[in-house]
Amino acid sequence: MTNNLLEVKDLKTRFHTPEGVIHAVNGVSFDLPEGSTLAVVGESGCGKSVTMMSILRLIAIPPGEIASGSALYRGKDLLKMSDGELEREVRGKEIAMVFQDPMTSLNPVLTIGYQLTESLRVHLDMNPQQCQKRAIELLELVGIPEPANRLRDYPHQYSGGMRQRVMIAMALSCSPSLLIADEPTTALDVTIQAQIVELVKSLREKVGLSIIWITHDLGVVAGLADRVVVMYSGFIVEEAEVDDIYEDPRHPYTIALLEALPRVDRRRHNRLKAIHGAPPNLLVEPHGCPFAPRCDAVIDRCLIENPELLQVNDGHKIACWVNVKTGDPR
Amino acid sequence: MINAKPLVIVDKLKKYFPVTRGLVFQRAVGNVHAVDGLSFTIARGETLGLVGESGCGKTTAGRTILGLYPPTSGEVDIDGENLVTARGRKLLAIRRKAQIIFQDPYASLNPRWTINAIVSEPLRVHKLFATDKERSERVKELINLVGLSPRLINRFPHEFSGGQRQRIGIARALASDPLFIVCDEPISALDVSIQAQVVNLLEDLQDKFGLTYLFIAHDLSMVRHICDRVAVMYLGAIVETAERNELYENPLHPYTKALLTAVPIADPRKERARKRTILIGDVPSPINPPAGCRFHTRCPIAMEKCKVEIPDWREASPEHWVACHAV
Repeated sequence: MTNNLLEVKDLKTRFHTPEGVIHAVNGVSFDLPEGSTLAVVGESGCGKSVTMMSILRLIAIPPGEIASGSALYRGKDLLKMSDGELEREVRGKEIAMVFQDPMTSLNPVLTIGYQLTESLRVHLDMNPQQCQKRAIELLELVGIPEPANRLRDYPHQYSGGMRQRVMIAMALSCSPSLLIADEPTTALDVTIQAQIVELVKSLREKVGLSIIWITHDLGVVAGLADRVVVMYSGFIVEEAEVDDIYEDPRHPYTIALLEALPRVDRRRHNRLKAIHGAPPNLLVEPHGCPFAPRCDAVIDRCLIENPELLQVNDGHKIACWVNVKTGDPR
Repeated sequence: MINAKPLVIVDKLKKYFPVTRGLVFQRAVGNVHAVDGLSFTIARGETLGLVGESGCGKTTAGRTILGLYPPTSGEVDIDGENLVTARGRKLLAIRRKAQIIFQDPYASLNPRWTINAIVSEPLRVHKLFATDKERSERVKELINLVGLSPRLINRFPHEFSGGQRQRIGIARALASDPLFIVCDEPISALDVSIQAQVVNLLEDLQDKFGLTYLFIAHDLSMVRHICDRVAVMYLGAIVETAERNELYENPLHPYTKALLTAVPIADPRKERARKRTILIGDVPSPINPPAGCRFHTRCPIAMEKCKVEIPDWREASPEHWVACHAV
């Protein structure tokens, strides 16, 4: 039963800024079973990236602060580990991350080969010949043509899609067990996005990766994820198996997000249903449900008390006071 | 149906940017063929979608159509007036009728100007009202129209969110009572929950003022929703145009097909069952575009003929135009 690769419990992250305290992550808990793919969906500022950065302790402290929580990776708490151990044993080796913008996450004055082999030298102590060999294998794995000739190229000689492939190759260089992909396709064209998604799917089968895929696009993860977590304002508002999220969404925010999305495979029949208002100001500590000001199903209780994330069905959790099916309070 | 003259006629429009070498003695060593022989028309009150991958020239096309870049060759007619040859007052009069909404609401508003100054700029340029007071009244009306409070007109852009800024950009575009607006990826920088708000606003304004839109986008789902007709662009030229449902349900060009299968669908069952044509590689360089059909380097069904001969632009079925040897 305990084959969870990662267990995050009650994670809270804040940032102390001159304007006040930003409540970025407000008690997030989730499990990632070994070999599965979890999608974390939400709009900008909902805390999805900060959650993952907190787990790897990649946020700057100060102004950041991990106020509470634990992140057990194979039973070991990443939040309590020493910096040295985290650096040596986990980051890049066990857990690797791919960032959103392939244009800025590579160093423009170092060759692709140098950057690709950095973690091999640091973590695996390889000599230059081994590095070279492994780098070629990695570029081949992610589908870069003529890898041997392209190791000495600089990032500007690669296109956006190829740079993101290099980022993935880099992440995979030490054969990690967990890949955290933070909006890896957002800056790319749909055709290149499809290439990257297919690549990740095939890698998942080839090397048996567990994946956390952060995105704002409900479309991308439909064909990729096993489970989906929807975040809003630093809270998880809904969590379910992928089919349930799309076919039986229960939280008003998830429902509204799906309805606001036009579909390429359907004829238009009416106007889009927009979510009124704007995402909340994170400087204000939320009272009540953070989505209440924008919610169509809102009741009095929502304004006073923030609902906990509770199980409604087998493996389906929501944080809402209302049963949206019937409109009754729960 | 009365066959009214289209509002916008674009004919064999080309825009090349020179590629130069040398710091002191610069010399042109080639051209970026950003827009290479674009022809289409847009009827009054219609929304034409222009889609394609980044670098295919869709933004350059939008800007060249408005005369923001002088075209290398070709013609643009807006409401019966030739924009390319017009100069001085005549050009100003055409520009009053044609406006643009930019992609990035963070970069397209001057951070040191108030909203009043930003939205009233077209009014000043076109000398539409006599006094500042009258202009201010008009600005308040416009700001109200796009769903913001007129009390906010003395604030600065940084006090607004992305969605609100895009509304301000829309108010500015509407200020001179245009007939035609180029919407250059107006929603791609916005959050999902805000995109629908802005799209609905654009549709309401179109109904109210009978506006004609050229909607440039890479989000094919949104284009299907908002556009009446869609033109697919690849490396500076249009490869297919059709009415939206015809294009999405019966695409003919292999590039259109590949683009459509690449769009993710928010439905796990459908997504798992889908067959994808994954395009290999990236868009070739527009400095030396491939000979023959420009798509042949990535085309899954390319033939020998495609490498040498440029396919004709022909009507495959009524109002469905395509340029492909295999169709």
